[in-house]
Amino acid sequence: MPRSGIRLAIPFAVAVAAFGLAFGALARTMGMTTLMVFVMSALTFAGSAQFAAISVLRDGSAAAAILAAILLNGRYLPMGIASASAIRGPWWRRLLLAQLVVDESWAIGHRGDGTFDPRRLLGAGALLYAAWVVSTVVGSIAGAFLGDPHTLGLDGAFPALFLALMWTQIHDRRGALAAALGAAIAIVTTPFAPPGVPIIAATLACLIGLVR
Amino acid sequence: MSTTWLVVLAVGAATVLIKGAGPVLLGGRALPGRLTTLLRLLAPAVLAALVATQVVVSGSRLVVDERLLALAVAFVALLLRAPVLVVVILAALVTALARLVTSG
Repeated sequence: MPRSGIRLAIPFAVAVAAFGLAFGALARTMGMTTLMVFVMSALTFAGSAQFAAISVLRDGSAAAAILAAILLNGRYLPMGIASASAIRGPWWRRLLLAQLVVDESWAIGHRGDGTFDPRRLLGAGALLYAAWVVSTVVGSIAGAFLGDPHTLGLDGAFPALFLALMWTQIHDRRGALAAALGAAIAIVTTPFAPPGVPIIAATLACLIGLVR
Repeated sequence: MSTTWLVVLAVGAATVLIKGAGPVLLGGRALPGRLTTLLRLLAPAVLAALVATQVVVSGSRLVVDERLLALAVAFVALLLRAPVLVVVILAALVTALARLVTSG
């Protein structure tokens, strides 16, 4: 049993569950059913992408919402490649286990020398997965009892949530610069572009990664 | 099929493929370092754009309202290491109260 990974992931699971409750409740007030929330969490298992998709969908097109979520998950491509050696077995098993790689389990499984401990990575991932799916479903059921989203100020909760998520994704000065540039691009393009498009335009900010 | 279901399924399928691509296809090989840097900068850039548009955008217009006050409060709460749920509830509370005051 990958018990060490599970134990290490407990504090992260509590934080993930808090995000999950908030996601479920907000998704419900925006018209998503509990079944939709369950299917989305079970397949996607990525808080920031799920929040992005539903908030862009609120006033933008479905295509913009899908693209925003894909771009947010773009980081999982290099992260999946880096941790690939810890995920073994036939292709379908690797495909399934790869879904357990998220920011927190990746950090717990990382040995610090570029290699990964499979038991830690997957144990942590399994606990976080359970915490995310259960908490988003519970949040969505609770969300049914919330009143008018505008009166409750829930539209003011979204930027706060994205700010909290951004907080966890900035690891150095370059990350902070990409964030500042991304926000600037989104605001400047808003009066001209259809809703949702400024988010996609903001991805150009990651090009500062080319600057040394 | 509703638009919301389309988004739910498309985002889910795309994420399964993105996460699975490395372990299924590229096991052991690495992406060029530059590309990894770019892909990892996507998250802060897109999240910051989401913060910006959620806080000062209404449709296609830039507006300053209660949401900016709520974001400032959330920022301070995060600096003080408040838990996420507290930050979110605080932001909603500030928005709702400010709205109550300005409309009344």
